[in-house]
Amino acid sequence: MLVYTLKRLGLALLVTLAVSMLSFALLYLSGDPAAAIAGETASASDIEAVRHYYGFDRPWVVQYGEWMFNAIRGDFGESYYFKLPVSQLVSERLSVTMILGVCGISFALLTAVPLGVAAAVRPNSFIDRIALFISVMGQAMPSFWFGLVLIVIFSIKFRILPPSGSDGWQNFVMPTVVLGYYAMPAIMRLTRAGMLDVLGADYVRTARAKGAGEFRVMFKHALRNAIIPVVSLAAVQMGFMLGGSIVVESIFALHGAGYLAWESIGRNDLPTVQALILIFSLFYIVFTFLSDLLNAWLDPRMRVG
Amino acid sequence: MTNTTETMNNDVTGPTPGQILWSKILGHRGLMFGSIVLLIIIVMAIFAPLLSPHDPYHQDLMARIIPPVWDARGSWDHILGTDHLGRDYLSRLLYGARISLAIGGVAAIISGVIGTCMGVAAGYFGGRVDNCVTFLINVRLAMPVVLVALAVVAVFGGSLQVVIIVLGLLLWDRFAVVMRSATLQLRSMEYVTAAKAIGCSTKRIIFSEIMPNIANNLIVIVTLEMAHAILLEAALSFLGLGVQPPTPSWGLMVSEGKQMLLFEPWMISIPGVALFILVLAINLLGDGLRDVSAPENRN
Repeated sequence: MLVYTLKRLGLALLVTLAVSMLSFALLYLSGDPAAAIAGETASASDIEAVRHYYGFDRPWVVQYGEWMFNAIRGDFGESYYFKLPVSQLVSERLSVTMILGVCGISFALLTAVPLGVAAAVRPNSFIDRIALFISVMGQAMPSFWFGLVLIVIFSIKFRILPPSGSDGWQNFVMPTVVLGYYAMPAIMRLTRAGMLDVLGADYVRTARAKGAGEFRVMFKHALRNAIIPVVSLAAVQMGFMLGGSIVVESIFALHGAGYLAWESIGRNDLPTVQALILIFSLFYIVFTFLSDLLNAWLDPRMRVG
Repeated sequence: MTNTTETMNNDVTGPTPGQILWSKILGHRGLMFGSIVLLIIIVMAIFAPLLSPHDPYHQDLMARIIPPVWDARGSWDHILGTDHLGRDYLSRLLYGARISLAIGGVAAIISGVIGTCMGVAAGYFGGRVDNCVTFLINVRLAMPVVLVALAVVAVFGGSLQVVIIVLGLLLWDRFAVVMRSATLQLRSMEYVTAAKAIGCSTKRIIFSEIMPNIANNLIVIVTLEMAHAILLEAALSFLGLGVQPPTPSWGLMVSEGKQMLLFEPWMISIPGVALFILVLAINLLGDGLRDVSAPENRN
């Protein structure tokens, strides 16, 4: 287990390093950052001064090294637009995105797991059809459009929920549904497939033969085993969702990190964009790492791979 | 010998494998529905210049925001109404199908080529090549797709080509994962060992022994990634960093209609429903192909 953990940790660190290089390379793709900061009216000597002030005239290896060294200590430089430390900006906004992510994944699990179980208990029944319908819809519906439809129904027609902002819990209801719905199909399919497998297993038959109640068989014997892959899928989905929150946050003008990323891209605020790409990637890396460890802990066969 | 007995058996027992496959395809409701709807959309996109009643770029400020024909204020001149610049909505919708299909198709092909090369190489050669590819897949999965695509499009400017290339370069992960595991399974098959034993070149083994056997997985992933690319393009265009106006992209139409959300909700419903139907059709086609080609369904 220790060897496996160290291996995975090494891989995670390497991936982090590669992603950090890629997000740093973005700065070079975008042309001359000094000219962008100095503005359109700046003279050549102004641009040169800006280049020297920000250190853009040094070799890129030195610049990357410095950026990475500072990033490890939580310092991502200064935002071009706000003239504030990026870390301060991001940490203010990140809590909103985290809340949204946790709410979204909880919503997805609380709806998808019961539906998946119900669908597996009675395959091809009415409830199975409903579950299939929901998952097919979820895969085909553009999330931004679903969000707008919810706004039309709940904010404009019925006036129960605010269409935008991030002041109270009401603001999180629709974004949670949109983000959670996005993760539902995969979780539901996996729960259904897992339950179908487990319900045909010998130990479930034994439990029934002993005279255990149907409820007990379902939850104590079957679901406990079927849920293992779902938990690790949920961890991976959580990483994806934080990255996907950019669309949802911009529909509902929810002031989280995703919305900040969208605004910063529009403003050409590269240090902020770089930091956010790295942070969102880190979330995904941490969540997959945790899910790998969880898998290996629950299922020793995984430790070999 | 075995071959002749099999042919004889087929003659006696009835349908050939090909006939069985066709009856399965025709009997699969999702597959039929998906392919018919997709075919209709493709035909509409190809014949958009003939089918559309107006020029999709023609602005008419006297005829702004006319609702569709089913509304009391609508008219048959503009069946699906007009947008905030007086452009005919139906014509824009038809031309928009071209954008979505082009982006979905080409992006899926680019990512398919990249992902398949990496996956097959990793699965066939194993060892260091496999480690390298697995690492690249991990790096790619760690990067938030929407955010990176937005940032890159912002740098290079939003044009059709840039969006297609960015999506093509970002969406190869599923191809690589599936092709890798499919090739891994095939590598130890007897016919591959046999091909090696009679001295076939690596190129020949990959192209004539392995590729034909992973082609059905490939087609399924192509359809799913095409749907993925179409949804992503729409999201990018909706956020203002994809295809730029005045190009008629469905995502852009939703974004433009958003301004009128309060009074004219049909403006987002029409392109949204179009996107939904297109993606649904492609997904049903992909799921159906998977069901039909799954080994357990072959007999």
